[in-house]
Amino acid sequence: MKVLSRIGFWLLVVAIGLFALFPFYYAIISSFRSGAELFTVAYLPERLDISNYVAVFDRQPFGRNILNSIIVAGSVVAVSLGLGMTAAYAFGRIAFRGRALLLMTILAVSMFPQVAVLSGMFELIRSLGLYNTLPGLILANLMLTLPFTIWVLTTFMRELPKEIEEAAYVDGATPWIVVRRVFLPLMAPAAVTTGLLAFIVSWNEFLFALTFTLTNERRTVPPAIALMTGSTAYELPWGTIMAASVIVTVPIIILVLVFQRKIVAGLTAGAVKG
Amino acid sequence: MTSAVAQEDAPVPVAARGRRSSLTRSRIRAAWAFIAPSLIILALIAGWPLARTIWFSFTDANLNNLSDYEFIGFENYLANYDGEWLGLLTDPDWWHSVWNTVWFTLVSVSIETVLGIVVALILNAAFPGRGLMRAIILIPWAIPTIVSAKMWNWMLHDQFGVINDMLLRLGLIAAPITWTANPDTALWTVVMVDVWKTTPFMALLILAALQMLPGDIYEAAKVDGVHPVRVFFRVTLPLIKPALLVAVIFRALDSLRVFDLIYVLTANSRDTMSMSVYARQQLVDFQEVGLGSAASTLIFLIIALLVVITLAAGRVRLGEDPR
Repeated sequence: MKVLSRIGFWLLVVAIGLFALFPFYYAIISSFRSGAELFTVAYLPERLDISNYVAVFDRQPFGRNILNSIIVAGSVVAVSLGLGMTAAYAFGRIAFRGRALLLMTILAVSMFPQVAVLSGMFELIRSLGLYNTLPGLILANLMLTLPFTIWVLTTFMRELPKEIEEAAYVDGATPWIVVRRVFLPLMAPAAVTTGLLAFIVSWNEFLFALTFTLTNERRTVPPAIALMTGSTAYELPWGTIMAASVIVTVPIIILVLVFQRKIVAGLTAGAVKG
Repeated sequence: MTSAVAQEDAPVPVAARGRRSSLTRSRIRAAWAFIAPSLIILALIAGWPLARTIWFSFTDANLNNLSDYEFIGFENYLANYDGEWLGLLTDPDWWHSVWNTVWFTLVSVSIETVLGIVVALILNAAFPGRGLMRAIILIPWAIPTIVSAKMWNWMLHDQFGVINDMLLRLGLIAAPITWTANPDTALWTVVMVDVWKTTPFMALLILAALQMLPGDIYEAAKVDGVHPVRVFFRVTLPLIKPALLVAVIFRALDSLRVFDLIYVLTANSRDTMSMSVYARQQLVDFQEVGLGSAASTLIFLIIALLVVITLAAGRVRLGEDPR
């Protein structure tokens, strides 16, 4: 009985592992096969044909798309953390009238459906002359990252003991100095967590990137992959698409594996403790 | 880390207390100065576009020329021309997309909750390789939605797909299935891919709750010889219920606004179209900003209603349980 349940347990573990890993494994195998090879199914890697990886950068500005994604996600993270840190200090450490209501409003914004602001955002971006530009995407993506950055950083800020800033205030420090000298170093781990989550959100963002860009050179990675076409409209270049998928996913997977604990801490701080 | 800092703190001198009120005032001023930039930006990129979207829903605006439009009242929602009812609320495609979204949300969140609990219970058990397993679980969550949709599209390809090949080899199906094109399987296919992608999120939130449970209850249950299944339903489930509810609500709100997955997996197919896909199709593909904004506004109202209920319920719960 005991042996049987042990075997059952391990079968379950293996099944979950296979289910989680197989699609990515299969994408990697497919990315190294090309031409007519792709029309037969292979379960094991046969050989390393890198022609798909060459084609991704050859046939479209995929390098440019990756650079765009890095610029947009990097800027979004920097702005979100900069604004979020000071706001989180105010929300987490200072008691003022209207605090709970404001925090609730910000939480509500983070639950906005993106499509609800789509036409208004389109008008805003066009009237600012930012249509089909990276700053336009940065501005739009802030709507997705800033609210939860403030929310998660506030949760972390609240956990620090109350006495920390009192000594600084007694020494005559201004709130700005307290944030910079006392809280910024203490909040560095939380900032890494939140920054990573914001980076992933922006890196994966699709609806705004699809709607607010027009030319392939200005696209970020997700719409670039979604709109990849082959020599004819009816024949999708599956090998190339898989190669592109592998290229953009590997860095994210490495980030996630390296910062595994931090990411889990950030996700739970945003949800469970909130 | 935090405890080390606390030990270094000096007690506040008595002399400092006289300055407290002016200090409090200056801190409150600082608080508003710190919050102002974020509030201004959020008002500009969330509040204003939302207000404009709602306004557009009462106009006949067109994407080609957003500055030239007329106010037409509720005609985008419901209008009567010569006894014939027109508008969003009479469009069967809209109601179909509402039904698809609700069905998708109910089915996928239910499956994800059950699977999430199973995976969390497994990861909570001590076994060699647990850390590795936890990392593996994170991979589907980390892969961009567009990429996972494309990967599954390829695996589900009707002629060359590996899923059909596997099922044929195992003798489970007689002929290849056109997963994403067949109306009977399309929405189930979307659910399956969503389950693959988001169960990890669910499992991690539940796991975090499991790890906060006190161990002595389980010791006691073990000593008394209570069956593990009974322990789960009588002890574990009630204790993790608050965290489980939060996770379910987060997932449900996410599912109700689903766009990427459906757009890439099945394009603008009517069989799987979600509310968000419908709204974007009206807005961008058909250039009907008025009608599209009306759909967007309704989606916003539906989700806002759920958020308000959730926040109200959360406040009640927090009020009962001071932390």
